[in-house]
Amino acid sequence: MAQAMTDTEAPPGVPATAPPPVRNRRRRPAPYLLLVPALATLLLGLGYPLVRQVAMSFQEFGLAQQFGTADPGWIGFDNYVEILSDPTTWAVIARSVVFCFAAASLTLVIGMGVALLMRSISTVARLILQVSMLAAWATPLIASLTVWNWLFDTRYGVVNWLLVKIGFEGMEGYSWLANPWTFFLVAGVIVVWMSVPFVAFSLYAALTQVPEETLEAAQLDGASRTQRFRHIIVPTIRPVLSIVMLLQIVWDLRVFAQIKYLQGAGGTVSETNLLGTYLYQLGIAQSEYGVASAVAMVMLLLTLGLTFGYVRSLLREERAS
Amino acid sequence: MTTTTTRTRRRPGRTLLSTLAIVIAAVWAFPVYWMVNSSFQTLGRLRSPEPAWLPFGGDTSPDAYGRVADASFWDAMQLSLTVTLLAVGAGLVFAFLAALAISRFRIRGKTAFIVVILIVQMIPAEALFISQYKMLSGWGLFNTVAGLTLLYLAMILPFTIWMLRGFVAGVPAELEEAAMVDGCSRFRAFFTITFPLLAPGLVASGVYGFLQCWNEITLATVVMDPSNRTIPLWLQGMTTVSNQAIDWPAVMAGATLVAIPVIGLFMFVQSKMTSGMVSGAVKG
Repeated sequence: MAQAMTDTEAPPGVPATAPPPVRNRRRRPAPYLLLVPALATLLLGLGYPLVRQVAMSFQEFGLAQQFGTADPGWIGFDNYVEILSDPTTWAVIARSVVFCFAAASLTLVIGMGVALLMRSISTVARLILQVSMLAAWATPLIASLTVWNWLFDTRYGVVNWLLVKIGFEGMEGYSWLANPWTFFLVAGVIVVWMSVPFVAFSLYAALTQVPEETLEAAQLDGASRTQRFRHIIVPTIRPVLSIVMLLQIVWDLRVFAQIKYLQGAGGTVSETNLLGTYLYQLGIAQSEYGVASAVAMVMLLLTLGLTFGYVRSLLREERAS
Repeated sequence: MTTTTTRTRRRPGRTLLSTLAIVIAAVWAFPVYWMVNSSFQTLGRLRSPEPAWLPFGGDTSPDAYGRVADASFWDAMQLSLTVTLLAVGAGLVFAFLAALAISRFRIRGKTAFIVVILIVQMIPAEALFISQYKMLSGWGLFNTVAGLTLLYLAMILPFTIWMLRGFVAGVPAELEEAAMVDGCSRFRAFFTITFPLLAPGLVASGVYGFLQCWNEITLATVVMDPSNRTIPLWLQGMTTVSNQAIDWPAVMAGATLVAIPVIGLFMFVQSKMTSGMVSGAVKG
């Protein structure tokens, strides 16, 4: 009994204000050790390549340097000057940005429409719509690309067959991928088709947060459909809407696999390159590592610039909680 | 659960809207249907002027599946499974430890770590693959399982940590503390109380990571030799333009084989995630 009593007193030599044991436990190095595997992997797989990429973008680094017949020399901003004074780069950047915004806005408009539609239809119709959207969403990218390539096939594709059937005789045997304009049309259709389900489901989930009573009250007060949409629905779903918009822009800026696949299936590489495939062509196919790294940095800065505002607002939430 | 059936009134435009929804559903499902349908047609039938609409009757057959499941398919399958399972397994363990550290302990540099995780998620793979390729070549890891696994692991880690952190934070620490008051060690309290509650979160993040690795194309294109292909690249190889007479039924059979397990897995997580969210909402 006496023993137990003394145990609860402060041990000799330790000030009475010593932190309670639980606190003490939290100061041990164990929590930091828990972070080591994740941090080590990120440093190895992403951190080191990133640093190296930044360094390489300021170096003369081609095949000669790769095989050690010449030393990679520091050349300052020469790579950047080279790519930014090349009209090809600007054409690629412009094409990427236009494609990205066109695909992203079309996706958002259709996704919003589908989400609103899901709210105002019968349960059976909604279920059918949701299952078909889910199937499209879940289909692996490569399988989607393959089947769309088949749908747009020059000779046996259903799209050409349908167009001929409804009166566009000139579309018989039309090669969609050979012309850059229709190439991007096909790419856009694929990107929108595969992105709409995510947007529609996210916005539909957000729409369930819109208070039904407020909508009805507004309707009773004579607010039109558009007014209710603009002043009640949009403000409520704004957080989800902005994150979906941001993700869409980031994703549509990096459509490497889609473009690479369609180029392989018959597109003209030089006329259909977007940032990702341009990088691939410069860096992997032509081994111009230095120049390609500079293009990669431009792409990285473009992405970070677009997402900066979002990251900052997320951090503000983080601090608040 | 308060919004059960408050809107049962019939609106005149509703039938029209439902019809529109069915049309949209048909457009979105059509490519998936067409993939399965074409895989059961014969090559001759697919090359006739009139499309074949049904995957049964007439001269349909599952022969294409036999043609497509050759040695190259199984090689690709083996490579994809190895890399994906290794990356997801290690990813779950690493991410779980990290999530535990940032949501259960007070550590210095926590905000910095979260910022890094957030920013890393925004970095497009395309902006790094040049130096990743050079790094792996330099270490003799080009075209190896270890090299690709490392890159996939780094690819899925940020999001997995982010997701698991939410799940860990969702289990109140008071539950563990109560068990510790009752005499459990911290370790035991965690593994008997918190860990079982995290199982759905681990499954969901695991499947999500699996899908990301399984479908990955960019890095697999860059750091693997064309003779050593993952499943997506194997499928892509069947339709390159140099391949003059494309065997479309076989290609579609390949696409179906790649897609169906993934669609099943996806639907499975989707329902898990929704039920997890619902139960979370009910428990407040």
